Amino acid sequence: MTTLLYFAWVREMIGTDSETLALPAELTTVAALLDWLATRSPGHAAALADRSRIRVAVDQQFVSAETPLAAPREIAIFPPVTGG
Amino acid sequence: MISARLQPEPFDAAAEQAALTTGRTDLGAAVAFTGLVRADDGLVALTLEHYPAMTLAQLQAIAADAANRWPDTIGTVIHRHGRLLPGDAIVLVTTASPHRAHAFAAAQFLMDWLKTKAPFWKHEEWADGTTRWVEAKGSDDAAAERW
Repeated sequence: MTTLLYFAWVREMIGTDSETLALPAELTTVAALLDWLATRSPGHAAALADRSRIRVAVDQQFVSAETPLAAPREIAIFPPVTGG
Repeated sequence: MISARLQPEPFDAAAEQAALTTGRTDLGAAVAFTGLVRADDGLVALTLEHYPAMTLAQLQAIAADAANRWPDTIGTVIHRHGRLLPGDAIVLVTTASPHRAHAFAAAQFLMDWLKTKAPFWKHEEWADGTTRWVEAKGSDDAAAERW
């Protein structure tokens, strides 16, 4: 099982701050994961519609869309950061 | 050594800088930068959301990177989270070095990287009750990429 975490407007649009899911084995990249997640609900689809505004961290490390997924424990999905 | 902290409470910038330099006679320069909540167009509050499992580790990684680039430079980074009001301090970067160029450069590097590599998101509240997530700025990415 993998814990998905959502932050900022991604969290608001999906309607929850986390969910624990069994990811299908064929999800071998971050991009494939986002495509699959977007089919889960209209909120997921809306939040993930513009991939240029989505950032991802796998097991607390920033990754790109092409990054292979290897048995992740925690995946966080969020907008570009705005701290500082 | 450049240390990093994450906290909801206010910080004392002068005390943090004094803690770096007290008892040292080899330092020739101390720089302190404080980021403040600016009340643009009637903003009443700014809430900083963050990724608890990742934020402090990421702040420490950014600090370690700065310490590797400027080995003679020491410093402290403090980033606040939670709901802040106009005029409140959000972030402190204070550095000290034998030479001012290193103290200035390390402080600017730390701020540029905090803006683009630390998992915080700013949520603005306005007097009429509307709210808005702050959009990331391309100019921040450009500032971080020059290092």
